[in-house]
Amino acid sequence: MLFRVLRKEAVADLFGLLAESNRMVAPVQSGLDCLGSPLYAFKEVTDYYEISLTYTTTKIPAKKFFMPFRETMATFIVAGKDWTKKIDLNIDRPFVVFGMHACDINALNKLDKVLLGNFYPMPYYAAKRKNMFIVGIDCVPQPYCFCRSMGADTALHGFDIFLTDLGDHYFVEILSDAAFNFLRQLSVSEPAESDHALYVKTVSAKNNKFSVRVDTTDLTKILDMEFQSEVWEKWGKQCLSCGTCANVCPTCYCYGVDESVGLDLSRATKTKLLYSCNLIDFAEIAGGHNFRPESHSRLKYRYYHKHRGFVEAYEEALCVGCGRCGEACLAGITVPEVIASVRDQES
Amino acid sequence: MDSSVGRLKTYLGVPISKPKVAFFELTSCEGCQLQILNNEATLLEFLSLIQIVNFREAMSERSDDYEIAFVEGSVTRSDEVDRLLKIRRNAKTLIALGSCACFGGVNQLKNRLDPYWVSKEVYGNSSVETNNKAKPLEAFVQIDLMIYGCPVRKEEVEKIVTNLVIGKEIHHLKYPVCMECKANENICLFDVGEPCLGPITRAGCDSWCPNSRAGCWGCRGPADAANVDEMKKIMAEKGFDENILIDRLECFGGFAPYIEELRKGLPDEA
Ligand code: SF4
Ligand code: SF4
Ligand code: SF4
Ligand code: SF4
Ligand code: SF4
Repeated sequence: MLFRVLRKEAVADLFGLLAESNRMVAPVQSGLDCLGSPLYAFKEVTDYYEISLTYTTTKIPAKKFFMPFRETMATFIVAGKDWTKKIDLNIDRPFVVFGMHACDINALNKLDKVLLGNFYPMPYYAAKRKNMFIVGIDCVPQPYCFCRSMGADTALHGFDIFLTDLGDHYFVEILSDAAFNFLRQLSVSEPAESDHALYVKTVSAKNNKFSVRVDTTDLTKILDMEFQSEVWEKWGKQCLSCGTCANVCPTCYCYGVDESVGLDLSRATKTKLLYSCNLIDFAEIAGGHNFRPESHSRLKYRYYHKHRGFVEAYEEALCVGCGRCGEACLAGITVPEVIASVRDQES
Repeated sequence: MDSSVGRLKTYLGVPISKPKVAFFELTSCEGCQLQILNNEATLLEFLSLIQIVNFREAMSERSDDYEIAFVEGSVTRSDEVDRLLKIRRNAKTLIALGSCACFGGVNQLKNRLDPYWVSKEVYGNSSVETNNKAKPLEAFVQIDLMIYGCPVRKEEVEKIVTNLVIGKEIHHLKYPVCMECKANENICLFDVGEPCLGPITRAGCDSWCPNSRAGCWGCRGPADAANVDEMKKIMAEKGFDENILIDRLECFGGFAPYIEELRKGLPDEA
């Protein structure tokens, strides 16, 4: 890793350079909530002054740019008895994500393991992920953030550039050749001893700002022991089976496929739709049998996938602690509370 | 209008017979039928898929020879019961089109009110024959398929009809409107301090109302796992009076089974 420092004003130039030949995605303010607090979203942008690098958390993660909520996988033209299939991976130019927090970068790294690292990589994801350029940016922990508990508060890889705010300039971590070449065109300088010290101080100040924690010690075992616990029923009673938690989660990747024939019977479309294990028919199979008809068993399996099954397969949880799911859940179901309630059964 | 005669359709080389289709309306605003007619871009394709033998909104001929009957509206008069029974006898497939036909719709709002007052408010002193209650088709005949919505969404009707014609199974979405709303990346109405029944209402409208920043009123009825108890708690926590919840749940009739229970909890009914 290489380190540089960049004057704050020069970030606009970095944006401009990258925007010359790429599609830019960045956090923007999308509205205000009823208390007057800003709401943020990742959007495709052209103007640096639209973006808000000091954003808190976007309501919906940037995953939609490489795993859209709805995506056409194939179109078919039917002619007589024959048909032809056309596959489009739905990407013409790579995206630059300009201003991604560490949790979301770590979420991408997890998705890569599942969607690229397997025997059958997911081509729709791979096409968008490949050549993607990521500019990370530091953040201020919010009351719902528990990324530190999930080991996702810093990003070690999965970005090209990572910016940390040191007041009048940014501390720049450079991971890729492409990033190095872009930065060469700007006035960057070698960090001084004092910049290193300031960086370390900034990071440790951030670490003191976390107000919620999740104890993951022996969590896979505790989950196994509490499989039958009635605490799941309590959460299940609250759950609306609405799927919002998966939709706003940067690491959820489940999807369903819809096939539909056009009105003129000469066209057909296969569409991928992101799904959620909390939805009533997630575990319904042909013939109508449902393996998880009760809402508590669906909610439980969501936690088992993220904090048990995935840990056993990849030695890490499928959760980066961004807190989005708990913030968006109208029923107030949050990861820290659910996990604490399960752990409580053991004491 | 009848573009169907003569030309046989095929799908993947298999001949498709165009079903004879009739449209009827009972007590309704005819908005659902208009939805079907108003999409000029796809109307001709739609009409070439079926053989319409009866559609008062669009043509003058009438016939009792049909396989599929779409019935819009709720049942509010005794002559409508007779018409509905006759349609049931004629049709192989009877489809309830829209919330009035499925649940009673907006019309059933009068069911809780004094029938004399309602009649006087609407028709003044002229005498009308009307039953005291507006009821869904299901109260009188067996329904083969429901198409939800007030109004129905034409894309959904087109998809259902296509699947009927080619013999593909028809599935309603079982999850609630929130799924579509999140996919459309709307700002949640609760975040801006407005109520919404999206978490308990069946999806399929592509979150029509939240897309225009209006909360859902539940016109498509309950989703398969609708958690009305929790919805009630959420509304209370967010500071909405229980009457706001009940007004919405009651509006289209889909949540009728839950209403009585909720009303019991209210202090005093005026
Ligand atoms: S946990 Fe919350 S967001 Fe997730 S499905 Fe249940 S109610 Fe919806
Ligand atoms: S489960 Fe919740 S906290 Fe964890 S990554 Fe997903 S949205 Fe974030
Ligand atoms: S099973 Fe559930 S928790 Fe796991 S990725 Fe799928 S939707 Fe997310
Ligand atoms: S606006 Fe309504 S439908 Fe959309 S997410 Fe919020 S509650 Fe669900
Ligand atoms: S959002 Fe609700 S009220 Fe609006 S069309 Fe959809 S189901 Fe009906």
